[in-house]
Amino acid sequence: MAQKSYRDAIREALREEMHRDERVLILGEEVGVWGGTYAVTRGLHQEFGDRRGKDTPIAESAIVGTAVGAAMGGLRPVAEVMTINFTLVAMDQIVNNAAKIHYMFGGQAKVPLVIRTPAGWGQLAATHSQTFEAWFASLPGLIVVMPATPYDAKGLLKTAIRSENPVMFIEHARLYGVRGEVPDEEYILPIGVSDLKRAGQNITIVTYSRMLHVALTAAEQLSQDGIECEVIDLRTLRPLDMAPVYESVKKTHRMVVLEEDWVTCGMGAEIAARVSHDLFDELDMPVERLGQVEVPMPYAKNLEALMFPTQEQVVGKIKGMFA
Amino acid sequence: MAAGLGVNVPESEKTKSGLTAVEALDWFKKMSLIRRFEERAEEAYGQGKIGGFLHLYIGEEAIAVGALAALHEDDDVVTHYRDHGYVLARGVDPKRVMAELYGKSTGLSKGKGGSMHMADLKRRLWGGYAVVGGHIPLAVGLALAVQYNKEPRIVACFFGDGATNTGAFYTGLNIAAVWKLPLVVIVENNHYGMGTAVARSSALTDLYKKACVFNMPALQIDGNDVVEVRDAVREVADRARSGGGPQFIEAVTYRYRGHSMGDPQRYRTKAEVEAAKGSDPIMRCQQRMLSRGLATEADLKQIVSQIEVELDEAVRFAETSPLPEPRDLYADVLIAE
Repeated sequence: MAQKSYRDAIREALREEMHRDERVLILGEEVGVWGGTYAVTRGLHQEFGDRRGKDTPIAESAIVGTAVGAAMGGLRPVAEVMTINFTLVAMDQIVNNAAKIHYMFGGQAKVPLVIRTPAGWGQLAATHSQTFEAWFASLPGLIVVMPATPYDAKGLLKTAIRSENPVMFIEHARLYGVRGEVPDEEYILPIGVSDLKRAGQNITIVTYSRMLHVALTAAEQLSQDGIECEVIDLRTLRPLDMAPVYESVKKTHRMVVLEEDWVTCGMGAEIAARVSHDLFDELDMPVERLGQVEVPMPYAKNLEALMFPTQEQVVGKIKGMFA
Repeated sequence: MAAGLGVNVPESEKTKSGLTAVEALDWFKKMSLIRRFEERAEEAYGQGKIGGFLHLYIGEEAIAVGALAALHEDDDVVTHYRDHGYVLARGVDPKRVMAELYGKSTGLSKGKGGSMHMADLKRRLWGGYAVVGGHIPLAVGLALAVQYNKEPRIVACFFGDGATNTGAFYTGLNIAAVWKLPLVVIVENNHYGMGTAVARSSALTDLYKKACVFNMPALQIDGNDVVEVRDAVREVADRARSGGGPQFIEAVTYRYRGHSMGDPQRYRTKAEVEAAKGSDPIMRCQQRMLSRGLATEADLKQIVSQIEVELDEAVRFAETSPLPEPRDLYADVLIAE
């Protein structure tokens, strides 16, 4: 099978869907002539022209609001918000319009919209290094997808574009260069299905997006010490597919949630609450959460490096659970 | 009334194109229906039969009626939350509007939206939106869909003076202008954003001048003159329809009631409100019809009494309609796939 980058896999999904369906268009800051600030949309403007590869002003509320309106009007817009930090500027459009319009008019209108936006960091300081997936995942009326691998990114984006519902498709800037197997033939993946990425019988690690890769390397290291981790990639954060998590915890009786978000009110809090409530008797010990240090992101490289759980910290935490 | 503002802001070409008796009677009827409908809603609100917010359009009826008379039936309409007038002006059955206010399953939005969220997609009424200015980008997007599909339609977006101070107004209309979208925006300047007067909240008080930053043609019109509204909207809608890009109208009017129910109105005097009623849109339409011989007093009386019958039925329908079922709570959150 071909090895492709996460970036190229996403571009392939966009390109294939634009060929498949005339109603699909992309819009956002620098998605056209520039080719995307992370080069995801490179070449699409040349191929599809101004009509379907639309550069916009730097105005996120209008980008998202225009995309919502276009979706209501029958198009299949894929709006890019350059980074997830800038979705804050578009929050009214996402929360009050995209997520509500189908419901509050009694099911009359629909919003088949995809908002692509990357989380990420890299000495970008406090306002450009955040990740708000848990905010979006708290909203009825919205679907939230956050893929970790090129294969998942492509298959899930194609499904998101075909969905009748509004989808927040959250990428990760530090995954764009990550390579993985992506078939040449067409495929799609179901939204709302968690994926077992590594089987193991001793402990369950629940994670998503970039932290999946940290989890998998930590699991390899722990394996050498005889601890076999089962790693579950949520892939979709709303609706949450908890069945594989429950199945795993019934086997391992231990669980760690690993996320890049601040742990307070993060995805891990939700997962931990559900598992603690629904599988109280199955747990040998409290659910552990590992996430971002609860301070705003600093610029200095050495301080930034302290912000997220590392492979060593994950290994240390899990070894402690077997001490 | 219209004022020029440098390049691309043409003087109004008020045609006063032959007002026919049929048109005048229709507009008189619709304006009277909206007013009496809202007076009935006000009563029901006072009786606790309608909850939440109720923003009344009384005094501003000529704008919805005149503008929708100018639009084609398949043109898209997007509005703010003071939205009862538009749906009634486009011919939605008052029964279904009243039932929505009562929170009944037979309401226009099945009781899920209420006063602020009236939509009827069969009539291309895309709804009332309740965050000031937030619906302007939606109208821009609908206009993008029209342009994308090369349809001979336009989108009309209505909002109040307060919306012209929001970010969504500037960012949305800028995109519409850059992409030359088939959009007509109509600012209803009723002099107050909630209780704050335009002069206390906007650096420019002639709101049509704000179109200058979008290089967009703009008119200021008398929003209490249904004929002037119809003529102006028809003129700019034709221009938008034939590739002229987005168009901007400021329709000056006055809101008789408070911002919503329960507004103590400390920001204005009773004398100011009474003075404004001297330019009442329904009265002016009526006077014009009578003076031009387009209708008799008897004709108008008959229309008004028909409206009362229609509204009796609307209230009865709303009161006797079933509430939404508890299971409806979960309907229409997402489309099943």
